[in-house]
Amino acid sequence: MDNAAPRFSSVAAGAALELRGVTRLFGALAALTDVTITVRPGERRAVLGSNGAGKTTLFNCVTGDFPPSSGTIRFFGEDITHFPPYERIRRGLRRTYQISALFPGLSVRDNVYLACRGVSRGRFSVLRPGTNDALMHATEALIQAVHLTSVREQRVAELAHGQQRQLEIALALAGAPRFILFDEPAAGLSPTERRELIEILTSLPAHIGYIIIEHDMDVALRVVESVTMMHNGRVFKEGLPHEIEADPEVQELYLGAGHE
Amino acid sequence: MSLVQSTHPQTSQPAKARAILLAWPEFNKPAVWLVAVILLIMPFIANGFFLIEIFATTLILGTIALSLMFLAGYGGMVSLMQLTVAGFAAYMVAVFGMSANTNISLGWPWWLATPMALLLATAFGTLGGALAVRTEGIYTIMITLAIGAAFYYFTNQNWAIFGGHTGINTVATPKFWGVDWRSDIPFYYVTLGVAALCYFAVQYVSRAPFGLALQGVRDNPRRMAALGFNVNAHRVAAYAFAAFIAALGGVLQVWNYRQISPGSVSVGACIDILIIAVVGGISRPVGPYIGAFIFVILRTFALDLLVKFGLDGNRFRLLIGLGFLAIVFWSSDGVIGLWERWRRRAAATGARPSGGKPHG
Repeated sequence: MDNAAPRFSSVAAGAALELRGVTRLFGALAALTDVTITVRPGERRAVLGSNGAGKTTLFNCVTGDFPPSSGTIRFFGEDITHFPPYERIRRGLRRTYQISALFPGLSVRDNVYLACRGVSRGRFSVLRPGTNDALMHATEALIQAVHLTSVREQRVAELAHGQQRQLEIALALAGAPRFILFDEPAAGLSPTERRELIEILTSLPAHIGYIIIEHDMDVALRVVESVTMMHNGRVFKEGLPHEIEADPEVQELYLGAGHE
Repeated sequence: MSLVQSTHPQTSQPAKARAILLAWPEFNKPAVWLVAVILLIMPFIANGFFLIEIFATTLILGTIALSLMFLAGYGGMVSLMQLTVAGFAAYMVAVFGMSANTNISLGWPWWLATPMALLLATAFGTLGGALAVRTEGIYTIMITLAIGAAFYYFTNQNWAIFGGHTGINTVATPKFWGVDWRSDIPFYYVTLGVAALCYFAVQYVSRAPFGLALQGVRDNPRRMAALGFNVNAHRVAAYAFAAFIAALGGVLQVWNYRQISPGSVSVGACIDILIIAVVGGISRPVGPYIGAFIFVILRTFALDLLVKFGLDGNRFRLLIGLGFLAIVFWSSDGVIGLWERWRRRAAATGARPSGGKPHG
């Protein structure tokens, strides 16, 4: 915390995402301890750290999958600490899951359509969408953006792993996202699919910021402008990618041990 | 071909027909038309006994089981209280309408008593659903079973409204436009109309945003919340929709038997609905009707069959139980599952000789 570079901490006003003293306990175990992070609108940041560092717990607290035990979370100035997940999503927050969380019984198109419908009105509509439905067009565009057009009628259970990862990203891009949390989007992807992923991430509109959890430094450092290093549920270090990469403490903690 | 975009929307007849087919792909199947025609001309084929005891009863039980299919198949919520909701509607028709129990029945005309019964039963089912959605899996089954059991014992013991264990008898049925709608042929068409309405409503809603979202909730509730859906509100709405369908079935049931008593809402009857839905298959709305048909046929004829083989006729439930066991054992999706597996196998062997592609 003391090492945090000042340019990343004190810009509370106008922050996209602002965590203050967020702690999450599971019984006696503190998965997160006093985490304070501020991310500007449009900023792209990587969260690094070994297994158990609290990265995914951080995401779960931000999206409300489970709420923090203490601390506050602000999203574009609004205190969302006690909001249910769907209220956060409707305000422009999105996330992907480390292990694909899709709807295996439905087609690719229905999956994406649900994502589009979830952040617009008419969630309870009992009328089938017509052929000229605006959300249907948005659905088709999203499917195309993640290169799944050829399999759009297939059930998700029948898709290859890489395609499921791409669909996972499509679900997070539906509607008008303002800030996205990517939880290891490159996990299990082939080198080609990784390149496609980097292309998708770098071609996102500039106003959409994101936090990405990624073990693959090649992917992570190519798509972000800042890095937060976590260790044992705490923020260990914040800085620019090359600073973090060059930091001897970080190298010892993360890159040094067990890295090829 | 269809990608060509025109600036002026075309409203020619074929385009309109195509639009209807897009919204209702079900109409494209000849089997659907065949079944529809057979059901429509049934009164000219079958006598009164078959018409009411077999077909009308099948349609009524099928409609109640359809409400369970909607919850279980699309929502992943196994509710054992669907028959209770139907029974509640039946009781309300008797309480608000006319019956031999004049100290209970309020004597409203049917066109007032029926909407009231539907409204109250839907509210009852929605409330039960609001309780049940706080639980998952086996606990949903337990809480809905508890509601069903509680209602059964309550009707048994409450004399002021529910008429105790004798129930309410000689319930009046609608008569208007010079037609007694409870006489065999009109009543068959009433049940057919209601069943068709419910069937198509469920079929239609399953592809509408509400139904799709429900299937999303079934597959992954946590992700649905992370897409902006209020999962519990969706589940409660599904219970409300299903309760209305079950209530329609309940109204038909009380008109059919002209009486309602605790025996009709017993725990055993609740389980029968589950058996009907599972035997038929819960993946598609047609399943409950197939299940109900098998159940009614067995219930009606197993007795004679067993006696013929020198067994106790009262053991017909044994046959239903064995059939249930066999279907659950060989197919995870009831008769529909068996049928689809058979068709896939037939298609796999039959597709090879004929190489021609169908033109769409």
